[in-house]
Amino acid sequence: MSESAVPVVRVERLRKIYTMGEDRVIALGGVDLTIEPGEFLSVMGPSGSGKSTFMQIIGLLDQPTDGTYYFEGKDASNLTPDERADIRSRRLGFVFQSYNLLSRTSAVENVELPMLYAGIPEEERRRIALEKMEIVGIAQLAKHAPNQMSGGQQQRVAIARSLVNNPGLILADEPTGALDTKTSNDVMRLFKQLNNDLGMTIMVVTHELDVAKNARRIVSFRDGLIVSDKPNEQLVGVA
Amino acid sequence: MTLMATLRLALQALVRNKARSLLTMLGIVIGVAAVIVTVAIGAGARSSVQSSIAGLGANLIVVQPGSVTQGGARTGFGGASSLTPADGMAIAQLPDVAAVSPLVTLRTQVVAGGNNWQTIVNGVAPTYTFIRDWPLAQGTFFTQSDVTASAKVAVLGQTVVSQLFPDGNSPVGQTALIKGVPFTVIGVLAAKGQSGTGQDQDDTILIPYSSAMERLTGLTTVNQLMVSAATADSVDAVQAEVTKLLQTRHRIVPPENNDFQVRNLQSIAAAASSTGAVMEFLLAGVAAVSLIVGGIGIMNIMMVSVTERTREIGLRMAVGARSGTILQQFLAEAIVLSTIGGLIGVVLGVLGTSGVALLAKWPTTIPPIWIALSVGFSALVGIFFGYYPARKAANLNPIEALRFE
Repeated sequence: MSESAVPVVRVERLRKIYTMGEDRVIALGGVDLTIEPGEFLSVMGPSGSGKSTFMQIIGLLDQPTDGTYYFEGKDASNLTPDERADIRSRRLGFVFQSYNLLSRTSAVENVELPMLYAGIPEEERRRIALEKMEIVGIAQLAKHAPNQMSGGQQQRVAIARSLVNNPGLILADEPTGALDTKTSNDVMRLFKQLNNDLGMTIMVVTHELDVAKNARRIVSFRDGLIVSDKPNEQLVGVA
Repeated sequence: MTLMATLRLALQALVRNKARSLLTMLGIVIGVAAVIVTVAIGAGARSSVQSSIAGLGANLIVVQPGSVTQGGARTGFGGASSLTPADGMAIAQLPDVAAVSPLVTLRTQVVAGGNNWQTIVNGVAPTYTFIRDWPLAQGTFFTQSDVTASAKVAVLGQTVVSQLFPDGNSPVGQTALIKGVPFTVIGVLAAKGQSGTGQDQDDTILIPYSSAMERLTGLTTVNQLMVSAATADSVDAVQAEVTKLLQTRHRIVPPENNDFQVRNLQSIAAAASSTGAVMEFLLAGVAAVSLIVGGIGIMNIMMVSVTERTREIGLRMAVGARSGTILQQFLAEAIVLSTIGGLIGVVLGVLGTSGVALLAKWPTTIPPIWIALSVGFSALVGIFFGYYPARKAANLNPIEALRFE
């Protein structure tokens, strides 16, 4: 991999403190982490452990209180909202627990959405969207609206949507939270495929160990700090 | 994003909620339609008043005798017997006066062939056809030598022709008895139609004023002097000149004692058009109020829409929409909504106007400027009332918006 020299994500002493009146809530208390291109890691932890805050900062939806964050080698700790929006538009892919698809809008139009803001011409948007839908195996549902699809199918639409800008990093926030076990396994298998076959860098945030175990690296958060960061033993031999 | 893409996106969002979009537009639709219909009726009425004023004659100034007091009773204008044809001739010498005609009016019985008819007989000068801009349909008009000779010649209006000569034969060359005096018909006037006050202007007979005075009224004074100014701009100046001249001729000091009155039709036209201006001002007020109410409706629904679509906004931001782009999108929705509403309103207004014209037979005109104005104002309403909800959407925090239930 040519980009292997530059980590996708490098954070040092990352802190996030919320002030609510008199109270100061330390959501992240000084986190160091590096994600190399092609990695598939899961971020685990109970609610309140800081994993969601971490994902929001990594996803450039939020800013750290202090510490440094380099995204693809560039300092991303102090960007304007518009600069962050532009990076999200071109280099990041998001998958959410609740899919977040636009209702009364066909699957293919949902997949096209990020390209609208990246300024990609219409014909190309349609071509790329269909190509990504093919990859996640739902090309036949292109004209369907979200309410005509199962949860698993909707999440695949969302995954296809996260792929359209060839992101440097896919962030999945509890992607299986709304799915049953079998569908949940299917979705995680899809992430593994994207990682193996396309070399996508993926970070899955979850509180379920079964889900986390699909990744090759498991990072555990507790009280705003990383308490463990190790390769997935189950997969070490296989990989 | 390009403007086209933004508009397309706005249109898509509105189509996704068809019923609501239509209901939201309704305020603007009704406002604009009402404006167009009322303006069309108002402008129609105004232009018909103006055209009837124009029909009275070009740059016309009317001189009437003033009021006199007889035994304590004041007669009103026209009561004095003070104007003579000599006054008219003196006025004709003034600069910027194109033509002058005395007017001697009497209502009398006219007999021709086996028919009789009561009509208004006007004694005038040959310049009358020019002053009133009234062409002949047949025959000839009398000349200055007819006036000098007090000739017994008459020119008939169309209504008189149809009443006295119903068989359709040309009346030219026939004899008509006016107040028992035989006059030879030498011409027929073209149809003029109703006056602004609803009188049939064709129900008249024109004869030389000298003939009218000597043979019919027996007076040396006239009822009116009709003066035509050379240009519309000189009307006021001529009016002042005429007043000064007559004061000198009638030896009047001070001016309050004038035994005559000089009026021009422009003052009537100005009064009519200022009435119209007041009406248009009122209409503009009604339009503004109804469009503002429509705008508040749009703002209300946009606020609901922003709240409802909070997660959508969060998602759009997460996948790379700048807050400025979100602002543009919601603003575009409001503008598209109000502009389409305005256009539908124009269409309904035009249809409603032709309905009024057809059913009530009222004259209507739709000034194109009002169509442009009402659509433009609708768009403006969209911008004004769409801005606050759009800014609310743009200022959402993507994280909180995504979590919004």
